[in-house]
Amino acid sequence: MRYSFLSLLANGLTGQKGWTPAWRDAAPKPAYDVIIVGGGGHGLATAYYLAKVHGITNVAVIEKSYIGSGNAGRNTTIIRSNYLLPGNEPFYEWSMKLWEGLEQELNYNAMVSQRGILNLFHSDAQRDAYARRGNAMRLAGVDSELLDRRRVRAMYPFLDFDNARFPIQGGLLQRRAGTARHDAVVWGYARGADTRGVDIVQNCEVTGFLREGDAIVGVETTRGTIRAGKVALAVAGNSSRVAALAGLRLPIESHVLQAFVSEGLKPVIDGVITFGAGHFYISQSDKGGLVFGGDIDGYNSYAQRGNLPVVEDVAEGGMALMPRIGRLRLLRMWGGIMDMSMDGSPIIDRTPLPGLYLNAGWCYGGFKATPASGWCFAHLIATGAPHETAGAFRLDRFRTGHLIDEKGVGAQPNLH
Amino acid sequence: MRIPCPYCGARDAHEFAYLGDATLTRPDPAAADAADRFHDYVYLRDNPAGRHQEWWYHANGCRQWLRLTRDTRTHAIEAAEPARRDATQADMPGAAS
Repeated sequence: MRYSFLSLLANGLTGQKGWTPAWRDAAPKPAYDVIIVGGGGHGLATAYYLAKVHGITNVAVIEKSYIGSGNAGRNTTIIRSNYLLPGNEPFYEWSMKLWEGLEQELNYNAMVSQRGILNLFHSDAQRDAYARRGNAMRLAGVDSELLDRRRVRAMYPFLDFDNARFPIQGGLLQRRAGTARHDAVVWGYARGADTRGVDIVQNCEVTGFLREGDAIVGVETTRGTIRAGKVALAVAGNSSRVAALAGLRLPIESHVLQAFVSEGLKPVIDGVITFGAGHFYISQSDKGGLVFGGDIDGYNSYAQRGNLPVVEDVAEGGMALMPRIGRLRLLRMWGGIMDMSMDGSPIIDRTPLPGLYLNAGWCYGGFKATPASGWCFAHLIATGAPHETAGAFRLDRFRTGHLIDEKGVGAQPNLH
Repeated sequence: MRIPCPYCGARDAHEFAYLGDATLTRPDPAAADAADRFHDYVYLRDNPAGRHQEWWYHANGCRQWLRLTRDTRTHAIEAAEPARRDATQADMPGAAS
């Protein structure tokens, strides 16, 4: 059913009895053209664009738990395209463009809010680096503005501008960036894919792969064997574990990233702000809670919970940035498992095994990439060739030396 | 997470710096297939969910390198041994017999 003001009105007048489930909870069929492993944002977006753009509708998305139960529901909901390197920037901008039309595309309220992201700088050297990034963005056709201290103060007068160690000297602003409702993105893509005939199979964990020679021709699951023309992995956080079932070793380590939300407040922060002297980012949800986070914990983990040193580090970052949040109480904190790749950039590529495709290595930047990741992965699966904006995300770039290292820290995943 | 440093006793994890997988062996640079082996050594990881051998450095403590055996699903530490064993460490946990 199509959502509209009229459907809202009609159901409001009839006791809300006319709503139907947004997608079917399907049972797996014996075979599909394409199986997508992983019912997060990326997997569901891939299924949606396979059906919508490429007309491939005999598709199943299989998910070990319920859809959106992994990192799609654990992020800090920030969307942006303020990257430096040529391999990254066109891709993330394509994602930003898809975000801008997402709700009309899906007929679903994903609460996309282009409230702007401001990256603060605290030294001359950092200003130069941000000016360079801003210029690189403009060369790629993306909006960016370098603000001086006076203009930042006009936007956010409550920041600690004269902090003794990290005085705020200005910021790089991308006005088109913002936030989106993470669960609604999952549900919107699920509904769109389901409407076009895609089966969404929950509580169905992959336990192995069906092989004919080298080729992958299906999956073994907790709900039986399913054959497929192509199998596509979108299981960030667990990519190494699932790939290991097919005998592959990946350039990825799994690390835990924590995020936090405070008790609800009246509106205090109308955009997204990042602290440049540490790693701290904060925005306010539409419910009023401040949503914030910092660095990954820094050691291999599949635990979906972190440790206290990072909590302290995040709190210190917040206090250095805006001391007014010091008396705020924390409502919730949680952890998600990140695919930390060896250069900090993702992988959307074929694997050495015919019939097996890989979408992985999103580090802690996967949410903003959801639409373009789905678009480009669907393009690769349907046409066999990488999408023009995702051609750099190759699995073999570590062998050939074409790394995309935004941060420049080398093959040390816990530092990206 | 507290790490049982064999030199200092149980210390908070934030005193330590993490390097990663301790099961990797640096390949012979003179080998014929050194480029392939170095690719695997530098970039590829088993990344297990479960028991993991890993290097930690007690940066804000004794400044010694340790080899930890830790479960990546629970963060429980099974063993913490000196990275380099010699005769002076004979009485330490995990030291070579």
